[in-house]
Amino acid sequence: MSVSSSDSPSAAFADPARCAALRREIEKTASGGPPITLMEVCGTHTTALFRFGLREMLPPEVRVISGPGCPVCVTPTAYIDLALRLLDEPRLALVTFGDMMRVPGSRSSLERRRARGGRVEVVYSALDALALAAAEPQTRFVFLAVGFETTAPGSALLLRAIAERRIANLYLLVAHKLVPPALEALLGRPDLRVDGLILPGHVSVILGTEVYRPIAERHGVPGVVCGFEPVDLLSGILELVRMRRDGTAAIVNRYGRAVTPQGNRLARASLSEWFLEEDAEWRGLGPIPGSGLRLRPEFSSYDGLGLLPPSEIRKVEEAVRDHEGCRCGDVLCGTVAPPECPLFGEVCTPENPIGACMVSTEGTCAAYFKYARGWSGGVR
Amino acid sequence: MCLAVPMRLVERDGDRGTVELSGVRREVHLGFVPDLALGDYVLVHAGFVIEKLDTERAEEDLRLLSILLDDPAPEKES
Amino acid sequence: MILLAHGAGGRMTGRLVREIFLRHFSNEALARLEDAACLSAGAARIAFTTDSFVVTPIVFPGGDLGKLSICGTVNDLAVMGARPIALSAGFVIEEGLPMATLDRIAASMQAVCAEIGVPVVTGDTKVVERGSCDQVFINTAGVGLLEEPLPQGAAAVRPGDRVIVSGGIADHGIAVMAARNDLRFETTIESDCAPVLSATRALLESGAAVRWMRDPTRGGIATTLCELTSGAPFAIEIAEERIPLRPAVLALAEILGLDTLYVPSEGRFLAVVDAADVDRALAALRADPAGRESVEIGEVIADPPGRLLLRTRIGGHRILDMLTGDQLPRIC
Repeated sequence: MSVSSSDSPSAAFADPARCAALRREIEKTASGGPPITLMEVCGTHTTALFRFGLREMLPPEVRVISGPGCPVCVTPTAYIDLALRLLDEPRLALVTFGDMMRVPGSRSSLERRRARGGRVEVVYSALDALALAAAEPQTRFVFLAVGFETTAPGSALLLRAIAERRIANLYLLVAHKLVPPALEALLGRPDLRVDGLILPGHVSVILGTEVYRPIAERHGVPGVVCGFEPVDLLSGILELVRMRRDGTAAIVNRYGRAVTPQGNRLARASLSEWFLEEDAEWRGLGPIPGSGLRLRPEFSSYDGLGLLPPSEIRKVEEAVRDHEGCRCGDVLCGTVAPPECPLFGEVCTPENPIGACMVSTEGTCAAYFKYARGWSGGVR
Repeated sequence: MCLAVPMRLVERDGDRGTVELSGVRREVHLGFVPDLALGDYVLVHAGFVIEKLDTERAEEDLRLLSILLDDPAPEKES
Repeated sequence: MILLAHGAGGRMTGRLVREIFLRHFSNEALARLEDAACLSAGAARIAFTTDSFVVTPIVFPGGDLGKLSICGTVNDLAVMGARPIALSAGFVIEEGLPMATLDRIAASMQAVCAEIGVPVVTGDTKVVERGSCDQVFINTAGVGLLEEPLPQGAAAVRPGDRVIVSGGIADHGIAVMAARNDLRFETTIESDCAPVLSATRALLESGAAVRWMRDPTRGGIATTLCELTSGAPFAIEIAEERIPLRPAVLALAEILGLDTLYVPSEGRFLAVVDAADVDRALAALRADPAGRESVEIGEVIADPPGRLLLRTRIGGHRILDMLTGDQLPRIC
């Protein structure tokens, strides 16, 4: 987000004067019209809107709601349980992005498990697992390969390195998620009322903008690909408000400095080289067809799941305990406010999150818990 | 999942390169964006370059935005 | 079960302190939960504090565990307005620690002690089996005299007062994170670890009406200011563009997805002063080496009571809450 390193090509996109002008223009365009509900579907947009205080800069007619958040937040309970089960194996360490540490499994999380002595290494890059594995040939390392289309190519690079260097002690536990099928599933929900989509900038770097066109046409919902600076977001919101006013449902690119119509072909090719699409479970949303990636069968020797006997995997999966009553899906659709969920604030808190809306630090439920309780009214 | 930051490419050796922002440096993989020159701004996500930043397009977008908003802000950047 | 996040200085630490320690040790001096306890010793008023230090790696750019252990305790006394008179040092050492490492740590401790003129007058050493601790843990305690001029106390804070920070924030937390080899960044970021005593003295002796001072260590400036506003009849608004931040610190924080408002400093302090005295306060602070970069970052306001607000660079507002759990590098 706002790295206003003065010579960065993104610095001008954080300019307060431009933001003020955009804000006036949004106000003018939305004024007197019907209320407009926009949805962002990227965890980093959620954080950016929040960090810049953008939501309260919008006129009352324009509401921005948060989608399912980041792909880490939507990692299902069963995946965490399997990762934790792997830690019971001797001489085995997990390698993960920091985001995963607090995502809850049925009975524990990586953070809790590490406190009890499990070895969990936090890295910045998937490729950092290579150095860990090289330094300790006697330890088996399992990289938790999670993330959207932006992150999955990093897992492909890691797989290529493992194959080329014949590394015998490094595996991946794959749960990558795909954005377009999730958008399709969300927009297909009859109770979701969304007038426009703020599309994820860095997912779109890989996918390009064309991929969204059929979705926009099918559901009659416009979308704007946005970057992460305040000017990016405000100009995207303005574009969506205009399209709504004019009754158009196009896909517009407002992150042209990074996103092309076709996206990054090399990165996408690496995904089809190593992975196959599959149906996948999303925390809070349930199963979504074709929304996940798994290793191609010919690469199963790199699969972290292969380190467990199939009977053990079944045992873990049968013992998965999901909290009944989580209303994440309804919260996302705006049909239920966070306090109406039976788990909210009781079982489900930022320190012990259950659903994706609470796992995400700025998700709808987490934000409501931290900022809305015991205090009402705007900040102005 | 999409925290990616613009950084400048300052060293390169085949698929490997070093990027820099405000004095912070990191080795990154360039395999997905091979057509790069030193000094280019790139978007870095989790240790690999996902795209080269099109600085001309950035300027053009800002120019169009100013026309649209009829806004006197841009002198600041010129 | 205790998690690392229980020690991060945020919401979870607060709960641990209330639910375990305050419940068992309940007494008037402790219940104030200030950086140091204020006690009477004969005719004198004294401040008494203790802190334990563990950090990986034990040597980091700009300091080491030894320097940190003295600065931390001295700064806790300094922000109470006390003049430190003596320190203790307890070491828990892991079997196998190189003698040279311990020597370096002790030398760094003494260097700070010499700088501020406060001696380590008593100590303790325990050696534990390999694996029972990580190289070396240090506990320090300190006693200081409480004599006027002193801060007036949190109860004296009122709308209109100004908030000052004594220099760039988050250097320590970001430097330590960068120094952990596993993240593989190269930076020149150094920890700000330093005693702030000369600056707190300069501020108090300037004659400015000082309401409150605190060092933003664990949980960063957001958590530290939240501790002041929480339950208070006033709010504080700080302005994002005024908060001093080194470009490299901001860059690494953005790359790793960390919020610098929640990242610790170890050589800075926050002060709330009467608005009429803000120029005098800043002049006195800037004349001192430990306060050279002092700036006003915000104001005490009336509404909404109990809240800490950030006015963002682009004119939006954000409510700042205490840190929940430790900040970890993230990619989304």
